[in-house]
Amino acid sequence: MQSPLKYALEASNLSKSFQAGGRRIAALKNISFKVRNGMVTGLIGPDAAGKSTLMRLASGLLAPDSGSIEVLGMDATKNSLEVQSAIGYMPQRFGLYEDLTVGENLDLYADLQNVAVRERPSRYEELLAMAGLSPFKHRLAGNLSGGMKQKLGLACALVRQPALLLLDESTVGVDPVSRRELWSIIYRLVREKGASVLLSTAYLDEAERCDEVLLLHEGELLDQGTPASFCEPMRGRVFAMHGPAKRTLQTALAEEPGVIDALIHGDHVRIVMEEGVPAPQDMGAEISPLPPRFEDSFVTMLKKRGGEFHGNANPGKTIPESPLPVIELESLQRRFGGFTAVKNVTFSVSRGEVFGLLGANGAGKSTTFRMLCGLLPPSGGKLRVAGVDLRHAASRARAKIGYMSQKFSLYGNLSVLENLNFFGAAYGLTGKQGANRISWALEEFSLSQIADSVSADLPLGYKQRLALACALMHEPEILFLDEPTSGVDPIARREFWRRINDLASRGVTVMVTTHFMEEAEYCDRLAIMAMGEILTIGTPTEIKAGARSKALPEPSMEDAFIRLIESRGSS
Amino acid sequence: MSMRLNGLIRKEFLQIMRDPSSIAIAFLMPLVLLLLFGYGVSLDSEHIPLGVVVEAPSADSSNFAAAFPESRYFHIVHFQDTHQAVESMMAGRVNAIVVLKQDFPKRSRQPDGAPVQLILNGVDENTARIISGYVDGALQKWLEHDAAMRGDQLHSPIRMAQRVWFNGELRSRNFLVPGLIAVIMTLIGALLTALVMAREWERGTMEALLVTPISMNEVILGKLIPYFILGMGGLALSVAMALWLFEVPLRGSLWVLFAASALFLIAALGMGLLISSVAKSQFVAGQVAIIGTFLPAFILSGFIFDINSMPGFVQAITHVIAARYYVAILQTLFLVGDEWSVILPNAAALVLLAAIFLGITWKKTRKRLG
Repeated sequence: MQSPLKYALEASNLSKSFQAGGRRIAALKNISFKVRNGMVTGLIGPDAAGKSTLMRLASGLLAPDSGSIEVLGMDATKNSLEVQSAIGYMPQRFGLYEDLTVGENLDLYADLQNVAVRERPSRYEELLAMAGLSPFKHRLAGNLSGGMKQKLGLACALVRQPALLLLDESTVGVDPVSRRELWSIIYRLVREKGASVLLSTAYLDEAERCDEVLLLHEGELLDQGTPASFCEPMRGRVFAMHGPAKRTLQTALAEEPGVIDALIHGDHVRIVMEEGVPAPQDMGAEISPLPPRFEDSFVTMLKKRGGEFHGNANPGKTIPESPLPVIELESLQRRFGGFTAVKNVTFSVSRGEVFGLLGANGAGKSTTFRMLCGLLPPSGGKLRVAGVDLRHAASRARAKIGYMSQKFSLYGNLSVLENLNFFGAAYGLTGKQGANRISWALEEFSLSQIADSVSADLPLGYKQRLALACALMHEPEILFLDEPTSGVDPIARREFWRRINDLASRGVTVMVTTHFMEEAEYCDRLAIMAMGEILTIGTPTEIKAGARSKALPEPSMEDAFIRLIESRGSS
Repeated sequence: MSMRLNGLIRKEFLQIMRDPSSIAIAFLMPLVLLLLFGYGVSLDSEHIPLGVVVEAPSADSSNFAAAFPESRYFHIVHFQDTHQAVESMMAGRVNAIVVLKQDFPKRSRQPDGAPVQLILNGVDENTARIISGYVDGALQKWLEHDAAMRGDQLHSPIRMAQRVWFNGELRSRNFLVPGLIAVIMTLIGALLTALVMAREWERGTMEALLVTPISMNEVILGKLIPYFILGMGGLALSVAMALWLFEVPLRGSLWVLFAASALFLIAALGMGLLISSVAKSQFVAGQVAIIGTFLPAFILSGFIFDINSMPGFVQAITHVIAARYYVAILQTLFLVGDEWSVILPNAAALVLLAAIFLGITWKKTRKRLG
């Protein structure tokens, strides 16, 4: 279906705001752009950039405050039914009915899209084959894996060949194999059927897979262009710095004039220099040039807009040396009824190490994590945290643990100060000691200015800072981080990891779960998990080296992950 | 019927069949409520523990005391003295005490008669009043009986001849079970519908539905029709249980019963959909549906508590409660018959309320988020 239109989507002076509590939040601030027909356009930006709002405006689910949006030549607000007959849309959670089977879900969407009954068998066959779901037609959607659900969601959105496909963060939390398959389906759709695709994502690395990119940040359109046009100005400005102590090196480099960005990446520090400034020679580090990434350009743009690190790095006491591992797991198991969520997991983490668990949703990361925090008893195996067997003294171990999740388990209707007070009291910090820790938190995390603001109304970066401050109130020896920075803008992510690195260099042991490849690169060591098992353990460099081949001399973490899953499947 | 609407209805039925919580609300809860109210709850006072104190036994006093066990209303506990009986009442073992004083035998043969003392536990004033009535009745019976024994006529200028209509056996089940049907229909129509709509919002499926070229009317009808059918199924189950298990008489016609129920069900579905257009999480929808529809159907519909004895402003509130009109129709249909002077005005009120609820829902539900 080749449309004579040049643009699949045109937005002009589009604005939309929402009422939240007592405030009005501008989700989109007067943006204009055009999405070209017959290609994949990525709508890239961190959480709260306005991506979903834009998707909903395009599909006629929201009406703009001002401006207009035209989809396939039709006004998406005034002629929403016509637009909805011509587009396919896949929402964040795929829009599937979990208590219907794969076939019944397809039937429903075929009915809703008025697909003629006689066309259905061949269409279903084609879609199911494409999604790799042909053997599962009679399985309940709720019993599919995350990756399969995602592909079924896509099949439902495609049940009547759409001229424009909108995908709203459809790749989040899905394993990289499924993610790669989804991309190949999308490209087949565009190349073979001439469809247009608009895809939103918070994964900055996905930008490089798009034909064209719209970069959104806090409701503003920062730039639009091909991924190459974003990377090109950065060429020759990105370097790998290999040195003995990467954390110290990173801290030093971040202070260096002319350095825009310094980030731990596997075994080296990745730096981005200002235009025309050479990489610093006097750091005692071996310098090699790197190809630029999309993220480099985004960070540079944000820095230009005045995005600065907040707070100073003074995380407090140093944890004494200890010869024994701080966390020790041996053949750890957890069953839920007949389902084994965690199988035979063995690893140990030593003092001051940043250890990551990388895996898709449903891989068993959270279950392992809950057992480590003493929230869930294991079904089998040994588990020692901070020298304590969690079966017998969970609460003693918990006093040494700090926990922070990306979902920010804070009290949204309490102010910043009230949250700090509460968590201080919950950890038994009273009197002078408590007051000291609270003033430390306010100072260290630059929260004094907003101490009386209700925490639910804070911007994401502030919430994250507050959550970390609460988790650190009792100076824990071990810090558990559950997907701490996925979806957070790259500046806030860097700020967060700078603190984590500081804590680690003072001996705090840090455990991170993530499905975010980038976050895995910040760890000293990591374990890749799938289906409750550990596929491999090692440093990011070691893991990536395992996937090295002639065809792929510089494999990414994702390449390594995919190779591990595939070799496991074939063995 | 359009292909889209068809698809939605089929989907809804598949979900109902596979979701144990829908089945529980639609069939298990009615069953439990009917059994509970049919067997467990009774507003009749039967087998009331009654203390009888006879201070000086004689032929007359034992004759009098013997009048009580004859009725199914009392369970008699005998005491030697008042003190013991009072202690027993304190402990809650008896609900009332009849005291025949020392001088009862002597004064009962005198022209101005003998006093009989009745002490009532007034904590539950309703039961106390019922007991007082029963004791009066028993006393009256005994007097007649006693007079007849002596070949005498009881001389009293006025006699009340009492006849109970509509529920001759005075079984509370006969009016509780029909009223309960209104509660059950509210459960299916309002609570279940509000919950399943909220579930679609929570799970993100509503967003996916709304992006298809479906009209809001189809979304509303796609919920109305399946839950209407489910509600009528619940009604059939309840009526069958009422007639055959609890042997409640149905004096009106079955078709009027079903027609009136259909009207009420539409109003209840309207309330459910209206709630879900505001409450988009199952928790909030459930709370609002319980407080806004289920509890009023229980308390303010006249199902248990008589509306006429409520304070004026509460009575005023009951006028917006659809269950009130339905309960009136149900109790009339079951116990009286096709009494059109009751049925028609109440049915008209149901039509009006259904139109209002559905009208607001239709106005409020736009195919937009936010």
